[in-house]
Amino acid sequence: MAIHLKQQKKGVTHLAIQGELTIYSVLEHKQALSPYLSSAKDVQIDLADVTEIDSAGVQLLMFLKQEAVSRDIRFSLIQHSEAVVEVLELLNLSKHFGDPIVISADWKTS
Amino acid sequence: MSELDAALTVFAQEAEELLTDMEDALLSLESKPDDSETINSLFRAMHTIKGSSGLFGFNAIVGFTHEAESVLDKVRNGERGIDAELISVLLDSKDHTAKLIEHCLTQKDSELPASLAADGERLIRQLTGRQTTDMQQSDDSVQLEIEGGGEISVDDNWLISLEFQKDAFRNGMDPLSFIRYLRTLGEIKQILTVAPEMPVGDDMDPESCYLHFKIAFQSDANKQTIEAVFDFASDDCDIKILPPNSKLEEYLNLLNAQDDNHVNRLGDMLVQVGALTQNDVNHALQRQQANIDSELVIVPGKPLGEILVEQHVVQQPLVDQALKKQEQTKQKLASEANYIRVDATKLGHLINLVGELVISSAAMNLIVERHGLSDAGDVAASMNALVGSIRDTALELRMVQIGETFSRFKRVVRDVSKELNKDIELFISGGETELDKTVVEKINDPLTHLIRNALDHGIESPEQRLAVGKPAQGTVQLNAYHESGHIVIQIADDGAGLNSDRILAKALANGLIKPDHDLSQQDIHNLIFAAGLSTKDQATNLSGRGVGMDVVKKNIEALRGSVEIDSVEGEGTTISIRLPLTLAIIDGFMVGTGQDRYIIPLSMVDECIEMNANECEIDELQHYINLRGQVLPYLRLADYFRNGSHDTTRKRESVVVVKFGQSKAGFVVDELHGEHQTVIKPLGRVFEKLKGITGATVLGDGNVALILDVQGLIDSATSFKHRKVPMYEQ
Repeated sequence: MAIHLKQQKKGVTHLAIQGELTIYSVLEHKQALSPYLSSAKDVQIDLADVTEIDSAGVQLLMFLKQEAVSRDIRFSLIQHSEAVVEVLELLNLSKHFGDPIVISADWKTS
Repeated sequence: MSELDAALTVFAQEAEELLTDMEDALLSLESKPDDSETINSLFRAMHTIKGSSGLFGFNAIVGFTHEAESVLDKVRNGERGIDAELISVLLDSKDHTAKLIEHCLTQKDSELPASLAADGERLIRQLTGRQTTDMQQSDDSVQLEIEGGGEISVDDNWLISLEFQKDAFRNGMDPLSFIRYLRTLGEIKQILTVAPEMPVGDDMDPESCYLHFKIAFQSDANKQTIEAVFDFASDDCDIKILPPNSKLEEYLNLLNAQDDNHVNRLGDMLVQVGALTQNDVNHALQRQQANIDSELVIVPGKPLGEILVEQHVVQQPLVDQALKKQEQTKQKLASEANYIRVDATKLGHLINLVGELVISSAAMNLIVERHGLSDAGDVAASMNALVGSIRDTALELRMVQIGETFSRFKRVVRDVSKELNKDIELFISGGETELDKTVVEKINDPLTHLIRNALDHGIESPEQRLAVGKPAQGTVQLNAYHESGHIVIQIADDGAGLNSDRILAKALANGLIKPDHDLSQQDIHNLIFAAGLSTKDQATNLSGRGVGMDVVKKNIEALRGSVEIDSVEGEGTTISIRLPLTLAIIDGFMVGTGQDRYIIPLSMVDECIEMNANECEIDELQHYINLRGQVLPYLRLADYFRNGSHDTTRKRESVVVVKFGQSKAGFVVDELHGEHQTVIKPLGRVFEKLKGITGATVLGDGNVALILDVQGLIDSATSFKHRKVPMYEQ
């Protein structure tokens, strides 16, 4: 399973997605992530290790956000990887998620 | 003809046309005085006549038209209102201009007669005199057209809307890749990613696509190129591309510059300038069709332009502009209409030649048949078809719409009703009905006469009308339509109708009938066509002298036509004129008795039945057939034309049932030869008195066939006493 559950702070569910977040894996990811949306109060999705993301992946993130908002769950994306930032910028979705994005100096400028 | 004379002829023709247009325009202004286009055309008429008269040095015309022109210019600029009085003066001015032109053309150098000059001065006073009183209107009517601010959009971007369908991901689409590719064509200024229809919870299938994108895109690429980006996705995505406003201007310019030599369809026009792609148009057309299909009731489908705007593929102003352009092109084409003035004699010569062609092609067919040349038969058949269409086209060349003739009567009705102090309106319908030019020319006089009759005798004075409970305004209707190879022209009024008693009394007094005659209502009505009968006690300068109706009838019959009267006393009269469409070539039906051949105009043939067939009983003595319960008078052509040579054994005879208007009769013949293209050759003067025959034609084998006067023969068949009377008058 490409999701790592880490409990860094109290009450915060930190979920790290690893590898691809694409059409090939979205179903799997949705099934793995959904349960947390019913139990947790504060969900952080760690995208640091997402190597590739496509439209389906973006759509899944939008879906998670939508679900969380409807259930009064704090939801944030953290540690965006370069691939994720590129796509969110392209689709102008950074504002939609409203999470601070840390841009690493190592990334090649696009 | 010297060059100057030729130019004068053109001037006269042009002026006549302009004046006719002017009259039409003036008459139409009476009903809608605000039509600026019509006022413009009035102005142009006067202006053009002034200009061309100046070229020839016709100072009298220039002087007069200049005044009329300046008045019209004021009207055009809204400085002067137009009312019935002014229209009336302008109509008179138009007539005066015509007189001036005639004078200048006929007596070039002589002085203007005093009466004409006086008329001109009077008209100029009438035209200009009231000018000052009308000036006050100018402030109200002059309104500056204030340029609408319009939509000022700072956006200069293409608007692209992508609505992906659910299966997009599964079909291997990744919207991201399209958007990335789009960036190679220009700059994405703004992008909105939404998923408005994304379900919640378990219903959401992460492998289905719920994403919609709205993209503001800046690029110099044209619509086709941009659309091509999404070509691959077109099945799984609803794509709408709206051009930027700056492009709009470009499209509008392109639209204006479009070649206006032929009318394009709206979709094609927009595709040509690049505002739409063929895909857009196809989608919209499908949508239009779907709309029509889904509506069970027959309603006109939504216009394409509306659908296109609704689907957000094109802006409203563009569609408006395209439609405007389309309309302009149509008008331009209609006004140019590429008329060629052709000498009528040349046309007549062409028609004669076509006639000869028809005859010789019939001869060729005959020979091909006689020699049994099967391969030549095919060629002959296709040539025959060609000759047929040449014939039709050649005849069409001479066809003109009757509308122009009709609209001349507007003026007649207007003037006559003023003179008679009656309020009469003329309604015209069927003006687009076409008939042979020669027929039109010859029908003009009879029509004028009938209309004057309707105005004078038919319509009562307003007081009388009100007294019998009719509206004070009388109506006269002119109508034309086609009916089985004939044109029917109807003149209907809602006046007093024919007074049978008075007609009878007059006819008795004139000795036209005898007291013991028992006449049907129809017979009595037909008496008005007899010479010397007028029921009007006092002759006016319009009508009532008792000459005229007989001339009308004679003129119409000379055109192989007929007149019918239908009148109800107190309610009005309808006169129907029935005329053949053409005088030159007809489709005929050839029959034979013995050695002789006869042609019956095909349009008058109702059916053919076998004589002695079980379906009809025949009364040989009374010459009637019982045809399916109907009494059908019949006439044995062989007996009628007294050619003893016909086959006395009478093995088998056929009845050709013919109809003319309401009446029917049967002609008994020995042989039916079938359809035949018939070129009508008029009979010489010697044969003018022949009854039952209107002309002759030359057959392919060189023989002559007689063309039957169906109308006359039906009359003969119907009235017993004529039946045994042969072709000589006795």
